[in-house]
Amino acid sequence: MSTKEQKERIELLQGTLDLLILRTLLLGPAHGHAIAKAIEFNSDAVLQVEQGSLYPALHRLIKRRWISVENGTSENNRKAKFYRLTALGRKQLVRETSKWDKLARAIGRILRPTEEEPS
Amino acid sequence: MKRRERMLQDLDQEIRDHIEMATQDNIDRGMSPEEARHAAIRKFGNVTLVKENSREVWSVVWLEQLLQDIRFALRMLCKSPGFTAVAILTLAIGIGGNAAVFSVVNSVLLKPLNYPKAEELVSLHQIAPGAEGLADFENGLLLSPSMYVTYAEQNRTFQSLGVWITGTANVTGLEEPEQVRTVAVSDGVLQALGTPPGVGRWFSVADQIPRGPEKVMLSYGYWQRRFGGDRNVIGRNILIDSRSREIVGVMPKNFRFVDSDFDVMLPLAFDRGHLILAGFGFHGIARLKPGATIAQGNADVARMISIWMDSWTNGPKTNPHIYETWKITPMIRPLKQEVIGNVNELLWVVMGTIGLVMLIACANLANLLLVRVESRQQELAVRAALGAGRGRILRSLLTESVMLGLMGGALGVGLAYAGVQFLLSIGPANLPRLSEITLDTRTLGFTLLLSLLSGLLFGLIPALKYAGPRTSLALRSAGRTIGASRERHRTRNLLVIGQVSMAFVLIVSAGLMIRTFQALRTVEPGFTDARHLQLMRISIPDSLIQEPERVTRTQNAILDKLAAIPGMKSAAFVSEMPMEGFDSAWDEIFAEDKVYEDNTIPPLRLYKYISPGLLQTAGTRLVAGREMTWSEIYGLQPVVMVSENFAREIWDTPSAAIGKRLREVPMQPWHEVIGVVQDVREKGVQEKAPEIVYWPALMKNPFGPGPTQVARTVTFAVRSERAGTESFLNEVRTAVWSVNANLPLASVRTMADVYGKSVARTSFTLVMLGIAASMALALGIVGIYGVISYTVSQRIREIGIRLALGAQSGDVLSMILREGAKLALLGVFIGVFAAFGLARLMTSLLFGVTAHDPLTFASVATLLISVTLLACYIPARRSTKVDPMVALRYE
Repeated sequence: MSTKEQKERIELLQGTLDLLILRTLLLGPAHGHAIAKAIEFNSDAVLQVEQGSLYPALHRLIKRRWISVENGTSENNRKAKFYRLTALGRKQLVRETSKWDKLARAIGRILRPTEEEPS
Repeated sequence: MKRRERMLQDLDQEIRDHIEMATQDNIDRGMSPEEARHAAIRKFGNVTLVKENSREVWSVVWLEQLLQDIRFALRMLCKSPGFTAVAILTLAIGIGGNAAVFSVVNSVLLKPLNYPKAEELVSLHQIAPGAEGLADFENGLLLSPSMYVTYAEQNRTFQSLGVWITGTANVTGLEEPEQVRTVAVSDGVLQALGTPPGVGRWFSVADQIPRGPEKVMLSYGYWQRRFGGDRNVIGRNILIDSRSREIVGVMPKNFRFVDSDFDVMLPLAFDRGHLILAGFGFHGIARLKPGATIAQGNADVARMISIWMDSWTNGPKTNPHIYETWKITPMIRPLKQEVIGNVNELLWVVMGTIGLVMLIACANLANLLLVRVESRQQELAVRAALGAGRGRILRSLLTESVMLGLMGGALGVGLAYAGVQFLLSIGPANLPRLSEITLDTRTLGFTLLLSLLSGLLFGLIPALKYAGPRTSLALRSAGRTIGASRERHRTRNLLVIGQVSMAFVLIVSAGLMIRTFQALRTVEPGFTDARHLQLMRISIPDSLIQEPERVTRTQNAILDKLAAIPGMKSAAFVSEMPMEGFDSAWDEIFAEDKVYEDNTIPPLRLYKYISPGLLQTAGTRLVAGREMTWSEIYGLQPVVMVSENFAREIWDTPSAAIGKRLREVPMQPWHEVIGVVQDVREKGVQEKAPEIVYWPALMKNPFGPGPTQVARTVTFAVRSERAGTESFLNEVRTAVWSVNANLPLASVRTMADVYGKSVARTSFTLVMLGIAASMALALGIVGIYGVISYTVSQRIREIGIRLALGAQSGDVLSMILREGAKLALLGVFIGVFAAFGLARLMTSLLFGVTAHDPLTFASVATLLISVTLLACYIPARRSTKVDPMVALRYE
């Protein structure tokens, strides 16, 4: 963990962790560590899941019935809790994703007005 | 709930697995197992916090935490019972005092009057700046019956309107004769007040017709006292002033007539055919139409004043428009203001001072808590290390102080109840709405709020200071060596400075009241040795004795009987003694040798009727001339006496007044001034002595009908060493009743009682401010003592080094004292400015002393500084006893 690496990392925006968890689980059920790892890996280690917030977030999503939890066995043959996207969560993911796209486009337009103009 | 249980059960295991997996990943990346594990744990962060945050998702976590904190706080408080007791007691006194005063403020000032839609009720106050002498009238210009008739018939802004007057009457035929308090009301008064009768009915319009059947209504209290609450009393007749009147109704419990209690209510039956313009003796009351404002009411009355002058006359050959020179101006006031009168500022001043005491108490507690939290730093550091967030620690510290606040508040309610009883017992009898004072829900709400707020206030300072993450520092130091950080002392010092300055303000206010009291005592009131001057009021109605001279003879006979009582020095009577508070009589007085231009009226003067011997009895000095004699009175001799200031105003010197002549109205013969009397503080010690004219008790009637007029209701004043004792009063009663058994004695009291009542406002304020100031002083001393002794204990080592290096104990002593003096001086310095600003609010309560009285300021400053120095001296003295060896080994 060099300092350089740390500088490139970006803290997650408030609320985006939920979205990322849902997106990760779209690929299939996973346990907590795997979710964190997947987010880091898929973002080329730019996004760091602050682990202190991962479990509260999972609980929050369960409470809203967007994911469910079940017992399973991890890759190294240990009992672990697996989180699975529910139908409700899937709908939520679609909604959140389109919301996010809009937001990202909007912010992009503001930050780079000239580049957006020709298209 | 189930899901939650399931989720949380395995969270521990899950986290452990998570860390293990992360460790494995790290090992795979090539770290050593130990390194890998540390990295994984570091990355995961605060396990406890994660667990707590996860649990938080599921539960009403604040409630759980709150219960947890409360349990913890209680445990902590139980562990240091001394601290807890001091804190709760301090708070209880502070909160109790505030709650008690608030209940008074609430009941007297804030609550609406006890009538339906009380906000529509107004008193028809009016002033007459053009009528010289009237300005002294507390009541402005009262209404005359003709004004009432005009206003009632011509107004456009009032739903109903009427006039009333209080008085006394004799009730006979029921057991002993009794003098009762009466209120006479015109049609419209009851309608305006709107309170329905408890039993029976109101007066009807027919009851307000002169020479009609005579009716009466009773107050609830009188009904209970005299008739045992018998509902069949309606329709019965009672003898009031020897006239039979039929009882038509009883007013309900808790009904007070504006600001006075009454026993019986009588109808005022005005004879329209005989009304003249004058006779300004009645209070006006009205209910505004919904939506009508006071300004509209004033405009309406102003319009009607000219109608009134056009409609009535004072008799042939008088000019009704003479009153234009009086510039009669309506000044309608809300009825509530009329009832509350001038206690408004007084109560707010008391509330403010008691609030300051509360602030001082809070500052003290904040200081106590600072010390306490300081010694608990280690505990807090451990809690932080175990994963307690800053907010969580803050909350638990605040829970502790709020718990203290609430416990103090609970005890405070008890104290407030006792306080209210105490307040009522010392409260000035003229405090309005006294009977309405209770600890109601609003007061309880206020107390709860105050407890919570004060808990937050004194808890926040230490909590904010120590909840922060200073883990490593605190853990390492184990809370010892690094004790004396400058910044920490700054808070404590600021609190002490604040305390001293607030105490200064309070003590200055109390000091100003003491000076006021001193000034009042040096005033010559116009009577002497009030304790041995017994007063009683006797009224002889014309239904009992018709003929005026016989009234005087009866009064004279009573005096003779009284004089025969053993130990009696002298006895006399007068229409009213000074400061008695009865409505006094005023009229224009003309001097023979003064020229009055056309259409001008001489100033109104207070006048009284007196018997011979009054001056000697009351101890009022005769400045010039002589008193009147009985033979002059019975001979209807045109003699008169005047007060010294009256004589000086008209004839420059008292002696010049002797032999000059006065009269009240043109048809009256000129009366010769035979004596000039010392000025008397008629309206209270604080009020300027008014000019007074003393007429003989029996004289030719200037107005008619009948050739003579007599003072029928008078105060008998008797001087005796035995005044006020029960045996003496029994002999007095027997003496009076041996002359006429139908004469009740009313307002039996000594002149000292009357005097005490007239300065009650001042003494009440003095007592309240005195209590507040002593509390402030005591709390301030405790505060500064605590801070200095704590500083000393923190600096033991430094002092030891100083002593070891050869410092004399005197040096150390003065070093510590200097520190205390610095705080005290700064506090006093700020206090002077604050007091300069605040004392001005008290101006109306002061007498004979300015709000910036240098003597008070200087002596309070001296007092406060020397007391604080004394409080510093004890710990400072202890510091010089430090053994350097012991101090240095302290580490």
